[in-house]
Amino acid sequence: MSTDSAATPDLSGVTIEDGKVAITEYLAIDLDKETWHCRRCDQNLGNARGPYKEALMVYEREPSEIHDPAIDPEKYEFTYAPDPAWCRIIEYYCPQCATQMEVEYLPPGHPLTLNDLQLDIDALKARHAAAISGSEQGGQP
Amino acid sequence: MNKEQAPTERSLIEQFLDDNVLFLGPDTGIMRDHSVSIPTEQESAAVVAWADRSEDINLIRNRLQTACNESFDMVEQMGAAPGAKWGDLIAGIFSCQGDLALSSAGGVLIFSVLAQHPQKFMLKYWKDDPTVGIREGDIFMHNDARYGNIHNTDQSLSIPVFHEGELVCIVGSIVHEGENGACEPGGMPGGAESPYDEGLKMPPLKVGENFEFRKDLLTFLQNSVREPKLQLEGMKSKFHACLRIKKRVEEVIADYGVDAFLATVRGTLSDTEMEVRRRLQTWPDGKVLSNVFADSTLRENVLIKIRCEVIKKDDELIIDLRGSSPEFLNRANNTVLASMKGMLAQLFLMFVWPDLPRNQAVFAPITVLTDPGSALNCSPEAPNAQSMMTFFPAFTAVQNAIPKLLFSAGFRSTDIVACWYNMITTFVYGGSNQHKELVGNVCADLNGMGGAARATRDGEHSIAPIFASMADIGEQELIEEEVPMMKLVPHKVMVDNCGFGKQRGGHGYQQIVTHKDTQAWGYMVNTIGAKFPSTYGIFGGYAPGCYPLCKVKDVNVFEVMKDQRELMRFTIDEIMNEQPFPDATYSSHHAGLQFELADAGELYMITQGGGGGYGDILERDPADIVKDWADRIVSKHTIENIYHVVMDYATGAVDQDATDKARAAERKSRLARAKPYKEFAAEWTKATPPEGLPFYGSWDDPTVLHLGTPDNTCPADAIVPVMMPDPKDVEIAKLKAELAALKQA
Repeated sequence: MSTDSAATPDLSGVTIEDGKVAITEYLAIDLDKETWHCRRCDQNLGNARGPYKEALMVYEREPSEIHDPAIDPEKYEFTYAPDPAWCRIIEYYCPQCATQMEVEYLPPGHPLTLNDLQLDIDALKARHAAAISGSEQGGQP
Repeated sequence: MNKEQAPTERSLIEQFLDDNVLFLGPDTGIMRDHSVSIPTEQESAAVVAWADRSEDINLIRNRLQTACNESFDMVEQMGAAPGAKWGDLIAGIFSCQGDLALSSAGGVLIFSVLAQHPQKFMLKYWKDDPTVGIREGDIFMHNDARYGNIHNTDQSLSIPVFHEGELVCIVGSIVHEGENGACEPGGMPGGAESPYDEGLKMPPLKVGENFEFRKDLLTFLQNSVREPKLQLEGMKSKFHACLRIKKRVEEVIADYGVDAFLATVRGTLSDTEMEVRRRLQTWPDGKVLSNVFADSTLRENVLIKIRCEVIKKDDELIIDLRGSSPEFLNRANNTVLASMKGMLAQLFLMFVWPDLPRNQAVFAPITVLTDPGSALNCSPEAPNAQSMMTFFPAFTAVQNAIPKLLFSAGFRSTDIVACWYNMITTFVYGGSNQHKELVGNVCADLNGMGGAARATRDGEHSIAPIFASMADIGEQELIEEEVPMMKLVPHKVMVDNCGFGKQRGGHGYQQIVTHKDTQAWGYMVNTIGAKFPSTYGIFGGYAPGCYPLCKVKDVNVFEVMKDQRELMRFTIDEIMNEQPFPDATYSSHHAGLQFELADAGELYMITQGGGGGYGDILERDPADIVKDWADRIVSKHTIENIYHVVMDYATGAVDQDATDKARAAERKSRLARAKPYKEFAAEWTKATPPEGLPFYGSWDDPTVLHLGTPDNTCPADAIVPVMMPDPKDVEIAKLKAELAALKQA
């Protein structure tokens, strides 16, 4: 079933910043150049048809650095901190401003979630064909 | 069938088979279909006839909605079960084809999208069956999750409503009743090893005629559970709530005519579906991938992968969960597919579009893909009493993915939210109470899950469960009148117990319980996430931590309180770290506790989880840190080492310059210690799960599932069910090996 509104979807909530469409808290897409950008420093994060994560810096964090054991690990097996043999924290930073854009909790060695966000760029361009010609709009957080 | 058979002979055989069905088990067609039924001719004609009277339809819809809310309140006031008293229920109106069209605004929204299956079963199999039938005055009940609903502890009751001899709707109520005669008290046996350990198993069942319960069936049901009084009370309260909705429906029909009623019910379903599709059109087309890891079956720690792709295209959404863990044939953590769909559906009702009517059409434009025989689409012989242990993580996987599409949606009706805490962290209890009655049920404070951070504000502390927007945690004093449990610390927020971020998650509370004045009393706990967090942050925000079960045995705190009050401590960390009771035994465990008898005065301690964080911790406003410090929910360690804020702890004054410098230094450190993606991935990624990690589900290829070891695998489309050894046998084997080694030495 398709709705009549398919041709003209509501775009009132979309934020356009300097001609780029805000996609997440920290990511925007330049639809003309088809590139990912950091929303904090405008760093180019690569081809928007590919994974933005390939442009990021990555760090493996010992879980107890974030989740401090509330009870003594010398006395107890379960301490409120994740078990490092089961769980690691992977942090992704913008290569320019070092904003922490994503965090993943993964078992040791588990493949990283590279393609966590793959947008249909052609559909996005079509969606914004009219709106992109304007400047600032919308009210996203 | 032989192709040479004559048509008449074939039809005779088909007729014979139709008339002689050996067993009317769950109907696969009904259970797998969550779409809205095609309108009947009368419904379509009614919609057309009332097409230009939208104001009247709106008025009728509001009257019916009020009727559902009124009946909800009735059950909440009259019901005896903790689930009834504190809002774990709904009351609603089903169309004449069994689709749930309207339901109470509060309560357990998960029911709103999975209550239709037993109604459709009744209509398909009982309506025209001469030995059953559906007539004015009939009362039907149901509780077996394989025929619909969540798990067997929930009981639904429904009655048909007729107008001039024609069925116009079914009205019903569903309540988490608790005790159901399972192998453990309280109705949610984490220790169930087969569906036959899970207690009462009602398929849709006629339990009354002429508006009265049949005494023989009522007695059968009461005889099957540990709390016969509760069984009767639950049935009566649901029945009278249904009678009230029926009365309101009849009033609407008397005022506007039956066509207006049919047009409203049908129109509510079709309007809801159309509106969901309109809203989805405003989302960007694309695909989001997220992985979630559940760390326990409740009997043992294993790593259960939930793999999730969410694909948005035009006005439809596909949730692809293939590649997730296989089912555990002798563990209770599997879910019936329909139950999980209900859980996923209420993500949209509660967190994405809370302004939409509570009905099943919300989920109609959404497709769910799973591997048959997986933990998320289990076979009929797999137990499912603790299906929450896999469908809550599946919910979190979708909740983790949706913000990446919703953030740039053209239309939103609420904020972007990180992952809510997702576990039913509370005590299930059983035993003889202070009134010498046998009881078994669940404490309602499972409803105090920590709220997730949102794009624009922090999460709220212990605010609501992920499956119900409006539910209560219960009044401790009232609870103590009924059961011999005493919560020494009922609901005390714990320091640092949340997901950190630019906006932090809401905190969860500590609960320290004990009991007295009982011949026998025991506890169960049904929570995962003691080794691996069960929920997550988004956009750079962190997860909350892990949550163990802590016990202090060989102590009677009531004796301590008599004349050694100085020994008492009122936080879990103080009790466990300081070990103040001299001869007591202190231990921590994963929080899957099967029913365990305890002595009076012993302590059982758990912690309700916090919500996930949103955004980079270094962007958190120092003023918010100061407020958290004043509220005593953040530690110095976290302020200094995670948020990198410099402040005067006595006055609460922030040193902004020093904070800016500390945060700039941390940003520099991040880039210094991190590696470019490709370099990091090459070092990090392994071809298989690590040796010794009991991993279940796909690793990199979603078509291949691991079965607990790096080498043992099966294809995802030909799943081999997992049979786990008894944890006690595992422990005995380990002790025997240790003994043998000692003897040899």
